[in-house]
Amino acid sequence: MRVVDLEKATVRQLNAALHALAENTNETLWRVEHPGGQHALAVGLDAPVTVEIAGHAGYYCASMNQQATVVIEGNAGVGVAENMMSGMVHVKGDASQSAGATAHGGLLVIDGSASARCGISMKGVDIVVKGSIGPMSAFMAQSGALVVLGDAGDALGDSIYEARLYVMGEVKSLGADCVEKELHEEHRAELRRLLDAAGLNGTVNIDAFKRYGSARTLYNFHVDNAGAY
Amino acid sequence: MDSTKIPHTEPRQSATFDPYTLSEIRRAAATGIYDIRGGGAKRALPHFDDLLFLGASVSRYPLEGYREKCATDVVLGGRFASKPIHLKIPITIAGMSFGSLSAQAKEALGRGATIVGTSTTTGDGGMTQEERGHSEILVYQYLPSRYGMNPDDLRKADAIEIVVGQGAKPGGGGMLLGQKISDRVAAMRDLPKGIDQRSACRHPDWTGPDDLEIKIEALREITGWEKPIYVKIGATRPYYDVALAVKSGADVVVLDGMQGGTAATQDVFIEHVGIPILAAIRPAVQALQDLGMHRKVQLIVSGGIRNGADVAKALALGADAVSIGTAALVALGDNDPIYEEDYRKLGTTAGAYDDWHEGRDPAGITTQDPELAARLDPIAGGRRLANYLSVLTLEAQTIARACGKSHLHNLEPEDLVALTIEAAAMARVPLAGTDWIPGKSPF
Repeated sequence: MRVVDLEKATVRQLNAALHALAENTNETLWRVEHPGGQHALAVGLDAPVTVEIAGHAGYYCASMNQQATVVIEGNAGVGVAENMMSGMVHVKGDASQSAGATAHGGLLVIDGSASARCGISMKGVDIVVKGSIGPMSAFMAQSGALVVLGDAGDALGDSIYEARLYVMGEVKSLGADCVEKELHEEHRAELRRLLDAAGLNGTVNIDAFKRYGSARTLYNFHVDNAGAY
Repeated sequence: MDSTKIPHTEPRQSATFDPYTLSEIRRAAATGIYDIRGGGAKRALPHFDDLLFLGASVSRYPLEGYREKCATDVVLGGRFASKPIHLKIPITIAGMSFGSLSAQAKEALGRGATIVGTSTTTGDGGMTQEERGHSEILVYQYLPSRYGMNPDDLRKADAIEIVVGQGAKPGGGGMLLGQKISDRVAAMRDLPKGIDQRSACRHPDWTGPDDLEIKIEALREITGWEKPIYVKIGATRPYYDVALAVKSGADVVVLDGMQGGTAATQDVFIEHVGIPILAAIRPAVQALQDLGMHRKVQLIVSGGIRNGADVAKALALGADAVSIGTAALVALGDNDPIYEEDYRKLGTTAGAYDDWHEGRDPAGITTQDPELAARLDPIAGGRRLANYLSVLTLEAQTIARACGKSHLHNLEPEDLVALTIEAAAMARVPLAGTDWIPGKSPF
């Protein structure tokens, strides 16, 4: 295991070392000590390695991740795993705003809660939040799935496209063009797969989730819908 | 008096309710929706035409037109990037998306820019292989929508342009109507085919200059601090916006005036929000000078650049380079009278066609229709663009030599006077024949 102590090394040195890894590297387990909430930790990775961050991370941790598994053993700042393409990011604490923003793929698991705009403009990522999510989450969400075991704040799924939202708790309000939809077997299968991937195999009652998605009434502009914009 | 003998007055059209205004009221009443169109502000605005160069005389030496060198090169991004961009001419191609433009048009832009040694820019919709392959220097836009944004393309880019806004619609997002969302465009943007696609007006994961600073740092970390990072803003409050972009760590600031084009926006937005580029350059340069960053952080200006005089005037006011969009499309063939018959069928005429969002461009540029797009030969189009860029450069050099400058960047405000009080105030140069700069010096 490679250990990088950020009281001695810089973020630039950490990221440069991670970027230098070849696809078939043997150095597959990294541990980042004393992260101190610094920004841009383990960003732009593109190798099948695991990076454990031993504490809190600042903004944009694991941004644009490809292939790697990044585990944050604390809280994560704004935009954790933003624009992730593949791999997995696991936040053991809470996440700030815009968690998983615009991410195209991979899996983001948040053990605690996520703040506003979780999954904003998501483009294929799967997100599992074991706590609750803040307002304006899944705004303009395009594709992928957002699973929330707790509650959702105001305006969930505003102007949503084809993303699938599953919330077990209370939804304070739905945003424009977001409606509750029936939970079919394909959705139960998706929930089972995502909950398993998040380490919750069999511990959660899947039928307790409600599904939300696009009513598709705003897909083509019509003047009679102007009040919804 | 015999009423038949009373002389008739001429029928008088209202200046306030002119024929265009009347037609717009009728259109609005019939449809219930605002007018959407492409392009930039069409109204008359204070512009570079309101400035003149003084030229050399007894007190200044000119340079010999065909003998003495007048250099045109510019380096962008040396502030923090380890691989700054070297352009042979200070005229770049502005960001325009694949989606709003055909793949052939994007290829032609890349070919033309590459021939003369300058850069082209992606747009809202991601990077296509055509434009990366045909653009030696490619700037990759980082937009609020993040359509198609991915780290592989980010690493392939020569520079990254964070788009905060654009001159045609500062504070507005984008729009691509369903008829232009082809299978390929839909796939690149991860959206259903045929929907009216909206692009957000704000970035999803940062708000304000403190966040932007961290965002820029993250992009540098992802790309190893190699690539210049531009910040593009629509001209509204240029002094403060430029200062904040510099504070946030930008290598280059791109400032777009209200004449700058868009693929599709409400006409009311294009014509009534933002300020002309003439009014924006001096405050922007002032911000750079106040921070000690003029020429260290480069300033690219755009919005209504048409000829070499415009280029020279923008540079004389303190810009490091200019950017063209509309003019580049015209060089490719946009609004060419050879398609007049087709323009008539669309209810318009060559020179006025601006329904770029409808995807029925007779010139094959602002369309995703394969038959129309095939009308543009990317090789011939690229050649025309290269010719046009060469003319802009030669014209700017002609003026610079007449002012005694051995580099376009040696042009300065002292070389200019204004024809109107408005232009004198905005460009902060004297009204011709006087020492008067309104707001600066007493009459």
